[in-house]
Amino acid sequence: MDQKYTKRTFVLEIIGILIAIIFLIPFYFVIINSVKSFSEILIDAAALPTEILFSNYAKVWEIIQFPRAFWNSLIITVLSNIGIVVISSMAAWKMVRTPGKFSKILFVIIVSAMVIPFQTVMIPLMKLGGALNLINSIPGIVIMYFGFGVPLSLFLYHGFVKTVPLEIEEAARIDGCSQFGVFWRIVFPLLKPITVTVVILNTLWIWNDYLLPLLVLQTAELRTIPLATSSFFAQYTKQWDMGLAALMLGIAPIIIFFLFLQRHIIKGIAAGSVK
Amino acid sequence: METKIEPKVDPVVPNTSGRTKLHDVKGDPRRKAKLKSILTYTAFVGPALIFFFVIQIIPFLMGIYYSFTSWNGVSSAIEWVGLDNYKRIFTNDEVFFNSFMFTTKFMFAAVIISNLIGFGLALLLNAALKTKNILRTVFFIPNVIGGLLLGFIWQFIFVRGFASVGELTGLSFFKLPWLGDETTAFWGIVIVFAWQISGYMMIIYIAALQGVDNSLLEAARIDGANNFTLITKIIIPLILPAFTICFFLTIAMAFKIFDLNLSLTGGGPFNSTQSVAINIYQEAFQNNRYGLGTAKAIIFFVVVAIFTTFQVMATKKREVEA
Repeated sequence: MDQKYTKRTFVLEIIGILIAIIFLIPFYFVIINSVKSFSEILIDAAALPTEILFSNYAKVWEIIQFPRAFWNSLIITVLSNIGIVVISSMAAWKMVRTPGKFSKILFVIIVSAMVIPFQTVMIPLMKLGGALNLINSIPGIVIMYFGFGVPLSLFLYHGFVKTVPLEIEEAARIDGCSQFGVFWRIVFPLLKPITVTVVILNTLWIWNDYLLPLLVLQTAELRTIPLATSSFFAQYTKQWDMGLAALMLGIAPIIIFFLFLQRHIIKGIAAGSVK
Repeated sequence: METKIEPKVDPVVPNTSGRTKLHDVKGDPRRKAKLKSILTYTAFVGPALIFFFVIQIIPFLMGIYYSFTSWNGVSSAIEWVGLDNYKRIFTNDEVFFNSFMFTTKFMFAAVIISNLIGFGLALLLNAALKTKNILRTVFFIPNVIGGLLLGFIWQFIFVRGFASVGELTGLSFFKLPWLGDETTAFWGIVIVFAWQISGYMMIIYIAALQGVDNSLLEAARIDGANNFTLITKIIIPLILPAFTICFFLTIAMAFKIFDLNLSLTGGGPFNSTQSVAINIYQEAFQNNRYGLGTAKAIIFFVVVAIFTTFQVMATKKREVEA
């Protein structure tokens, strides 16, 4: 059944590794130059550092207030994920279990909204957000992520709920379980695979998002990591020594997150898109 | 799939089961059950619906209205100007027109290149390589970094990294003024986009390839099919749904490009790499022309909707044939 490991496979293996090295070269540049002095970067950006300096990191850590930016990014991502998962899984389940015109039309409207570019709603959203007191507040931006997260997440849950067998739910209902009980105690645990996918996709999006936080979070204390990094670059243009240290700090958390969960992430992405 | 339960006949109506009062017999329990099912429906679907409508649909409708006004974002008096904004965009806005041309060209180049690389990598990793899992992880890493930070990283590589490599190797490719020239800046963005996205596409293609029956390929090989005919005549037709998804995703991502573009070239040199998304952002928040900005955003929406619908229909059609 399995293919044999032939000479051809070996050649393919070498090709694969070579391409992988090319893929990783950008990281090589960022890492080695983030510990060099400014003049050393200018002399030769490709060479290894003669002496490893961590002072760039120390300075940047202070200037961009890294712990605060990290905390803001974290709290926004976590709260948004919880909300999106709760509201879209509940809605998707009920819509699948209540077939009919109304559910169908609603589903089509929500899913079609995926085509709306963010730029199309952002301008009025800022006005509405001002009126509803959502600007300059973490709960405010979290609520906005709820709204933007619903279409894709509901779509994924909707597809998955259809594969969940109905018999268990009916049995629980006969035993006197309420609808909420059925959903939270029986259905929701069964939805775990797709919940993992939904959380991964939303985490990558929300953690890395730049424009919505830029518009909504205007005070420095509320800055997320992308905002902190970009404002740092705007102030210290071409200060590559510190700039690269800032970039390393910016990308490290999400790369660590990915490396820890890479199996689930890759599986989740595949499941989310093939559905 | 659609023939599931009828929740109207909710099994949970044994409420007053044994001792129904006389005046309840008038069909009241039924009504009560109906009301109850509407209430539970609202309780489950309502929250998602409210957030979705408040954050997406209402602003979308407001946007249509603002696009007919000369609103500047600050004044409370919003003046209706009819089709003026649209007229102005279509007849007298070269920068917007150019940004559309750039975005369209970019989309074509980016979609073709990132899908070619993604599909190629998937074919490679579908072989029985020992380093398969590590390679997948490596190719996927660029995806977890946001476009903004990626743009900054590559700005450094184009400006300083390429220069050093050019000096080291003497290759003229690395000595080009990467972000300083209109043509190379265009290809620079394409390169970074492909670097970021092709790993994602690879994952989708791998998932599809795993569904292809191996015995089918072996039979074809015995019949004398070479690798090329194997890929074009058997594998690609079998996994067309994956192509539909990948093309849809890459078209949408390329068309809406913002962060990466902003931090890599900032739209320069001379606005030559300014995407539509950047143009709209600047019109609204830097020039304070919210009315004009929303009109542009509405046009943008229409174009994106047409492009993606057309693409999905085109590839779906071929799927059925295959």
